[in-house]
Amino acid sequence: MGLRQETFYEKKEKIALDEWFVPIEKKQGEAEAVVRPSLSYWQEAWRNLWKNKLAMIALFFLTLLIIMSIIGPIISPHSISEQKLINQNQPPSSEYWFGTDSLGRDVFARTWYGARISLFVGVTAAVIDFLIGVAYGGLSGYKGGKVDHIMMRIVEVLYGLPYLLIVILMSVVMGPGLASIIIALSITGWVGMARIVRGQVLQIKNYEFILASKTFGAKSYRIIRKNLLPNTMGPIIVQMTLTVPSAIFAEAFLSFLGLGIQAPLTSWGVMADEGLSAILTGHWWRLFFPTLFISLTMFAFNVLGDGLQDALDPKLRGGK
Amino acid sequence: MKSYYVKRFFSMLVTLWVIITITFFLMHFTPGSPFNDERTTNEAIQKNLEEQYHLDKPLIVQYGMYLKQIATFDFGISIKKSSQTVNEMIGRGFPVSFELGMVALIVAVISGITLGVVASLKHNGVIDYLAMTIAVIGISIPNFVLATMLIQQFAVHWKILPTATWSSWRHMILPTIALATSPTAIIARLTRTSMLEVLTQDYIKTAKAKGLSSFKIIVKHALRNALLPVVTLLGALAASILTGTFVIEKIFAIPGMGKYFVDSINNRDYPVIMGTTIFYSTILIFMLFLVDLAYGILDPRIKLQKKEG
Repeated sequence: MGLRQETFYEKKEKIALDEWFVPIEKKQGEAEAVVRPSLSYWQEAWRNLWKNKLAMIALFFLTLLIIMSIIGPIISPHSISEQKLINQNQPPSSEYWFGTDSLGRDVFARTWYGARISLFVGVTAAVIDFLIGVAYGGLSGYKGGKVDHIMMRIVEVLYGLPYLLIVILMSVVMGPGLASIIIALSITGWVGMARIVRGQVLQIKNYEFILASKTFGAKSYRIIRKNLLPNTMGPIIVQMTLTVPSAIFAEAFLSFLGLGIQAPLTSWGVMADEGLSAILTGHWWRLFFPTLFISLTMFAFNVLGDGLQDALDPKLRGGK
Repeated sequence: MKSYYVKRFFSMLVTLWVIITITFFLMHFTPGSPFNDERTTNEAIQKNLEEQYHLDKPLIVQYGMYLKQIATFDFGISIKKSSQTVNEMIGRGFPVSFELGMVALIVAVISGITLGVVASLKHNGVIDYLAMTIAVIGISIPNFVLATMLIQQFAVHWKILPTATWSSWRHMILPTIALATSPTAIIARLTRTSMLEVLTQDYIKTAKAKGLSSFKIIVKHALRNALLPVVTLLGALAASILTGTFVIEKIFAIPGMGKYFVDSINNRDYPVIMGTTIFYSTILIFMLFLVDLAYGILDPRIKLQKKEG
């Protein structure tokens, strides 16, 4: 009440007050100037990701892991298949940093070699999914109509296939090994990517900037490559980040069923499977190291994927 | 709307047929035959055996015969254990697997949604990181390793729970935990993401402006909408639990279907591989179909879009 009375009272002096409010001199140009540097989509995404500490730690860990998978087997004094039966099941020591397994092989060298194979399986599966999925989903979504209808019926049928059952069957048929695992994972794996890309393309293709592009006479190929795909990159990258760990996991699962990588090659899945019996005899390091790195890698990829999702999704960006 | 589900039903049948066909031909291109084991059988006996299982006929004929056979829900007789039909094996194994799977699914849904909601309400807070760390650890450890560690700690070291088999509720605890952990984590993550999106919607602001209690806002307005993506996930989740049962049943020596499946692969027991694969696929495809139905019922917006499209 008091406040209102005061303003009412001051009304009498309005003429005097008006003189206080002199418009400041307009400075042409300055008002239009953008003070803060404008950020592109990727710059802003990167800035958001940078703020997410956990995701950056994950990124750092994965970089380190890739470096170690390259140099790890080299810096180890023992090769991955060197068997010294006299040194069976040695606990970690200065000679064997991660101990040895039941055949006297160096777990340190094998862990990094396993990293190489496991990462290779994961990344290759993700890249194949990306190539097929983006081409298929992009075409289906962009063409629309009958083409889309037929292509999506095919995807629907493939999507209904139980993923791991097919992977198991393929591995049985082609014989266990690196190639058959990757082929088996890719056969059904790209379907998820294709669905995501199609959904995105369907949504974006009706936006004005696509219409503008068309008006300027851009060809379909150019529109897909220059306008549609860059704008669907966010979900695609997130999907790829999540494909890698699931492929690594599937490989571990196949190893457990005895359909994984065969000796002398090794992977984390094979090592974990071999280490299962060791836990009951107290040789914990044989299970611990491969499992630790499977878990850390899964963790890192998942955290990074989450971080990327938050960073790349315009709806969630600029939140708390 | 009805025509959509009719279409969907037919595509379900096509998927099933594709699976049957793929499995059948893959199976027969697999190196190794069911009669190739250490025991060398007489050539005449071998021939008789092949004749009995129609393995001597051309593949296409075998395929036709098989299709006719399973049209009457007859999956044939196991080659390795010739006293048993595949139907008997499924009949015996499936209830056990189903029980294990359902318990794990219920546990996963309840704990997953709880974790996800709590995390979303404290977005980027300590609790969020904690809940998501638990969730990601759940996804990160292979279930065979988790199962082994659980046995080692609870059964061998502390001796408070039985190591294996499937008889009382105490036997169920460890397998259920081992099987439910990864789906729990998946549900928690998805619930969190979806809740975060829903919480920024205008109708939540409206609800807040109306002065509703935060409990009511979360349960009635936010969660109900946020759970839609989780419903779509149920199909994939069923698949994950299903394949999980292979591993868990093998480790805990549970007499379910997964054990038959894994054994049959190693033995090249064609009828059993075929029977179990088709049975598993049917369940999965049917689950996906149910999820689709449920989704249409739960979200009125979907119906509208489908009608227009």
